[in-house]
Amino acid sequence: MRGWRDSDLWHSFTRSRITVAAAAIAGGMVLAAFLAPVIAPYDPFDLASLDLLDAHIPPVWSEDGEARFPIGTDDQGRDLLSAILYGARISIGVGIASVLLSLFVGVGLGLVSGYAGGRVDAFIMRVADIQLSFPAILIALLVNGVLRGVLPSERQDDLAIYVLVLSIGISGWVQYARTVRGSTLVEKNKEYVQAARLIGISSASIMLRHILPNAMGPVLVIATIHLAVAVITEATLSFLGIGVPPTEPSLGTLIRIGNDFLFSGEWWVTIFPGVTLAVLVLSVNLLGDWLRDALNPKLR
Amino acid sequence: MPSTPSSADFVAAEAVARHFDVSKPWLSRTIERSPRVFLKAVDGVSFSLAKGETLALVGESGCGKSTVARLVVGLYRPTSGRVLFDGLDLTGLPAAERTRSRRRMQMIFQDPYASLNPRWRVRDIVAEPLRAFELTKGRAEQDERVGDLLSQVGLSPADGEKYPHEFSGGQRQRISIARALSSNPEFLVCDEPTSALDVSVQAQILNLMRDLQEKLGLTYLFISHNLAAVRHISDRVGVMYLGRIVEIADSETLFSAPRHPYTQMLLDAIPDLAMSGHVREPMGGEVPNPLDPPAGCHFHPRCPFANARCRAETPALRRYGAAEAACHAVEEGRI
Amino acid sequence: MIAFTLRRLMQSVVVILFVALIAFSMFRFVGDPVHQMVGIETTLEQRAALRERLGLNDPFHVQFARYIAKAAQLDFGISYQHKKPVTELLGARFPATFELAMVSALFALAVGVPMGVFTGLYRESWLSKVFMAVSLAGISLPTFLIGILLIFIFSVTLGVMPSFGRGETVDLGGWTTGMLTASGLQALVMPAITLGLFQMTLIMRLVRSEMLEVLRTDYIKFARARGLSNRAVHFGHALKNTLVPVITITGLQLGGIIAFAIITETVFQWPGMGLLFLQSIQTVDIPIMAAYLMLIAFLFVAINLAVDLLYYVVDPRLRLDRGAAW
Repeated sequence: MRGWRDSDLWHSFTRSRITVAAAAIAGGMVLAAFLAPVIAPYDPFDLASLDLLDAHIPPVWSEDGEARFPIGTDDQGRDLLSAILYGARISIGVGIASVLLSLFVGVGLGLVSGYAGGRVDAFIMRVADIQLSFPAILIALLVNGVLRGVLPSERQDDLAIYVLVLSIGISGWVQYARTVRGSTLVEKNKEYVQAARLIGISSASIMLRHILPNAMGPVLVIATIHLAVAVITEATLSFLGIGVPPTEPSLGTLIRIGNDFLFSGEWWVTIFPGVTLAVLVLSVNLLGDWLRDALNPKLR
Repeated sequence: MPSTPSSADFVAAEAVARHFDVSKPWLSRTIERSPRVFLKAVDGVSFSLAKGETLALVGESGCGKSTVARLVVGLYRPTSGRVLFDGLDLTGLPAAERTRSRRRMQMIFQDPYASLNPRWRVRDIVAEPLRAFELTKGRAEQDERVGDLLSQVGLSPADGEKYPHEFSGGQRQRISIARALSSNPEFLVCDEPTSALDVSVQAQILNLMRDLQEKLGLTYLFISHNLAAVRHISDRVGVMYLGRIVEIADSETLFSAPRHPYTQMLLDAIPDLAMSGHVREPMGGEVPNPLDPPAGCHFHPRCPFANARCRAETPALRRYGAAEAACHAVEEGRI
Repeated sequence: MIAFTLRRLMQSVVVILFVALIAFSMFRFVGDPVHQMVGIETTLEQRAALRERLGLNDPFHVQFARYIAKAAQLDFGISYQHKKPVTELLGARFPATFELAMVSALFALAVGVPMGVFTGLYRESWLSKVFMAVSLAGISLPTFLIGILLIFIFSVTLGVMPSFGRGETVDLGGWTTGMLTASGLQALVMPAITLGLFQMTLIMRLVRSEMLEVLRTDYIKFARARGLSNRAVHFGHALKNTLVPVITITGLQLGGIIAFAIITETVFQWPGMGLLFLQSIQTVDIPIMAAYLMLIAFLFVAINLAVDLLYYVVDPRLRLDRGAAW
């Protein structure tokens, strides 16, 4: 099945101009973010290189703009372009790590739930139902709050990124678990699974080597859409001041910092990271929408 | 052959039953005061197979014949009764010995589209039992063995590189057979191996199975609803109706002189050129709801010979010449 | 029906108890409650006495039962930060959040339904395409970014809207309302739009797909064949049949609105429960976090239960258990 599906996917991909554009933009942004140390003009984390005299410089096309800082600087004299590149790196990194965490937890629990059935299944699915009745952002906020209560305060800034990944990751596993459980329920009754059980293949091996490859299609769709959600959640938590510390700002942190200067007319400190975030999320969402429709002809 | 199997038999089912709990959730049951509901998919089935023999189980869909197949190979545990393989009850065995016995029995499934993992290459599918039972050493030996197996079922060793979707239904069933043969089994359970195939392909697969049986000395338990296929391949035939065996006899006897009214009805339903013009009894009635089977002989609502005793008392298998049948009418000489 | 209701009620109770267990565990094990209540000069003996008096030495299930009993009487303990009863703190802020949530839900309905009807009826019109693009943005843009954009445009650049707070409020016997003054109403506009935009896009897309679905059915074709006007067909038949799912979704989203109010309230410095909750997370003020969690859980469960039971009454085909909300 793989052969025609790939070519079919490719065909549907090239036919949708919006999707190609979204893929190009998302790909470009991810690439630029990860190459930030190479392509960014300055290192915004290097406090020694910051000069407060460079603070509050508007973009180059305004009256007081300087060519050194194409889209201006923030209140610390950080080059905004470099800060955005590094910030996007943190945002995307946290987003991908959170998605991977959700994916591992959710796929694992979904497989076990669907394959084992009975009480294990009932328990996992009840917990999933309960969590699903709350918005992910609320779960992430709570996990975040609890972790902060548990961790020693002097270590919190170092661990902030891990806390963030854990909170967002835990808030997102349910979708994966439900989907994978559904596929597992279908696959486990197929005769190839019985053929494997017959020769004494272990349950773990059947789940991982037989069922999992057949349940991964929808998981990829969820992961793509979830990446957009995870990036938004990260930005939101950082904006609310409980995400990454200001010394290593993500896009959300940059927006929060800039928000304080919005009223003094320094719009660029907020607007540029905001637009970056919006474009990133929008293009990833468009990709996810396309992938969902392309893999599921019934939804078209 | 007696209906109570002796330990000398290669494979024996002793009053095997399998019930599935299909009750509503506890709370609904309590409020509506409805009892627990069990589906008696298999309700006390006994038979035995000698080495090298082919026994077929036939019956309409839902009669429990596929459940019997899964009970025999150990995919289901019996609710009561037991299955003996070479004199051993596998459910009670320690893991190591169970593995040793498992290698000797294999299964061929009904749906060639569901029985091969679509994400695996054919060579990995065929080699899975080889790896599970550690029958080959190293990649080279494994590849060679897979190539031999594929040739043996009429495919090319190069086909191992392909994925299942590149094959037709008949070819896939050959792959299934190659997988089943890879652990050098002595006993094969075939669960309707040809029912999903085109008629022209069915004969090829049946011939292949018969050739392999001759060459390798295999014992077959052949599950089918296709009487023509059964006649083609089996030495003995058991007829199942709603979880019970109603008649069991050697193939020759069963097809020429069926005793049980249900067997007669099944045989009458086969289109036959020689019998054209003959006025056939129409197949009366539907299969009853298996959750609530009729009392006494399950077949009585559809049986033209049913009387009060049939409605009340469950008939047991009794010997009549070369056949065994479970029928009060036959016992009383009414048929 | 009785079994369904009972099972659904039991599920709700289990959910509440489960959430209560989490809330209690947070309260009991995250940080030391005694440590939070006393000063540095308190002696170890005094601490031990307080510990005993608070019942912190009792077995876990006794403490949990006591927590539930107190919660049932709306007693969630004393805030570490504000040194006041949590119930009092939340109660004082409830009206602000409630008004904001209600107005944004109304906004979402009042704008989302007509947009959905229009895009459903005139799929190919350029305006429909604009609406669809706007809705995609509404789903993609983070709430706080929308709020900031609104502030930037209407408060900073144009200077026509207040950017924070509730404006003037009137105290109606413990319920402070901003609905009775001009500045209060004005202050409500931008937060309500920010909060309601996501729900609006959701409703619009839902109405659109329901309209498309209904317009394809036979009874609509039949209504047309009878010679009914387009207007009668669209609004008398088609729209009426889309309303059940719309009301359901809006109901289910009410809880979501209250939760997302956390973000909106932060952006607009709106003095509601969400802002209080956020501050409690920053200062690890566990009693407030726990109480807020219980409150939201109760709202969600109550709304879900009501919607499920209503669905069951309205549509007897739905004998099967529906999944929880979204």
